[in-house]
Amino acid sequence: MDFVTMLSMLTEGFVVTLQIFACTLVGALPLGVLVALCRMSRFTVLSALTRVYISIMRGTPLMLQLMFIYFAPWYVFGVQLSTEWKFGATIVAFVLNYSAYFAEIYRSGIQSIPVGQREAAQVLGYSRAQTFMKIIMPQVIKRIIPAMGNEIIVLVKDTSLAFTIGVAELFTTARAIVSSQGVLTAFIVAAAFYWVFTFVVEAIIARIEKRLSYYHD
Amino acid sequence: MTTQAVISLDHIQKRFNNTEVLKDISLAVHPGEVVSIIGPSGSGKSTLLRCATLLERFEGGSLRYGDVVVAENNDQGVAVYKGKEADQAARQRFGLVFQNFNLFPHYSALRNVMDAPIAVQKREKGEVEAQARKLLAQMGLEGKEDNYPCELSGGQQQRVAIARALCLNPQILFFDEPTSALDPELTQEVLKVIRSLAEEHMTMVIVTHEMTFARDVSDRVVFMDGGVIVEEGPAQEVINNPQHNRTKSFLSRYQQGSED
Ligand SMILES: Nc1ncnc2c1ncn2[C@@H]1O[C@H](COP(=O)(O)OP(=O)(O)OP(=O)(O)O)[C@@H](O)[C@H]1O
Ligand SMILES: [Mg+2]
Repeated sequence: MDFVTMLSMLTEGFVVTLQIFACTLVGALPLGVLVALCRMSRFTVLSALTRVYISIMRGTPLMLQLMFIYFAPWYVFGVQLSTEWKFGATIVAFVLNYSAYFAEIYRSGIQSIPVGQREAAQVLGYSRAQTFMKIIMPQVIKRIIPAMGNEIIVLVKDTSLAFTIGVAELFTTARAIVSSQGVLTAFIVAAAFYWVFTFVVEAIIARIEKRLSYYHD
Repeated sequence: MTTQAVISLDHIQKRFNNTEVLKDISLAVHPGEVVSIIGPSGSGKSTLLRCATLLERFEGGSLRYGDVVVAENNDQGVAVYKGKEADQAARQRFGLVFQNFNLFPHYSALRNVMDAPIAVQKREKGEVEAQARKLLAQMGLEGKEDNYPCELSGGQQQRVAIARALCLNPQILFFDEPTSALDPELTQEVLKVIRSLAEEHMTMVIVTHEMTFARDVSDRVVFMDGGVIVEEGPAQEVINNPQHNRTKSFLSRYQQGSED
């Protein structure tokens, strides 16, 4: 196999990696807010259930969750597994898992906002939704960017766990090439892909951080 | 006074857990009146303001803003709140200035002042902006409109907070120790602004430790201790010639304290 063929195969794998990454963020960033709100709910049943959910998601391997969700339709419902479901299961597992991690980051951010902010908004007549969207959330986002950044960098590399159910992302592709060719070049190229990707993600996070540095509290 | 009170609190009782913090407090404030509340730490001054501004709920008593009844005692003497609509209607009547300002750090000074009138009162942006700029100028903050709170001194932040409260056109403004987070110099610039509001006959209730200010600016002084109003009357009389022993000892202790 020449280098160009390998590169184009790895690029295809990288596109799948990118898709997993992007779909996870699109799903888990908002879902995490919802989970955090449930976790902080006044309804003790809801908050207790959410607590259990977060605990399971963070307390068991993502690889296991991935397998579980992938095989659940077959073992639980007897539904035949399709190839598209591989990708679907990956996204479901990643979104569920990451929303738990994000939720805890959101929660710590929300709880770090001084109570006076809420009180000021309440006295000024803002509704609860307005207070959350206009006053609390913008400040939370600024505060949690470092923690979110870390988690998102971890996600870049976690995408390779989709290998366990045979999704043709970057790592899966690299491994297939290495085992068929008997040389490690594909791993080195894949590593370069991940590294550059991480680098770009870090740069984007730093940029957002800078953009929000127009004030401090 | 024959005019209808802007706010009337009647027989307010408030407890935290098992401690009674407000014991049968009644207070009415009429249009144009400036009332100062003084008293030792822990006497319930903040709690009273927080009850009046709906940040705390009281267990007994009634609260009304003009014709808006917020809470009323039932037959058993338990305060029954009328609900969200009454709360929201009442919030249109008052403003509150906090000890530590509580400006929104992610909004500029101007946006801090403009946002609630637009988002809450659904007023037109141009008109709100004109009023906000005028208020900021009146607070001596011309040229600071685009600054963020972190770029302003404490005194400037507090003046933005006053403008923010005023821009909703409240009928009454509450202050909870508006200057106690400030250096003496900055204190003076904030007191000056409050004084000018008093001259314009803005109805105000001010919790303060600035006795001279309370005496000179307010029409009436209320002295609280241990959750009750011990003494109240015309400002000059209460401060210069207190009748009650607790008031006397508080004021004399206070004078000693302020001489340090
Ligand atoms: N959220 C709360 N939970 C329990 N106790 C409270 C709470 N808020 C106030 N208290 C108690 O109520 C009493 C009155 O407090 P409050 O803050 O109203 O006093 P204050 O007159 O404003 O005092 P200061 O001059 O120090 O501000 C105090 O004993 C205080 O410990
Ligand atoms: Mg207080």
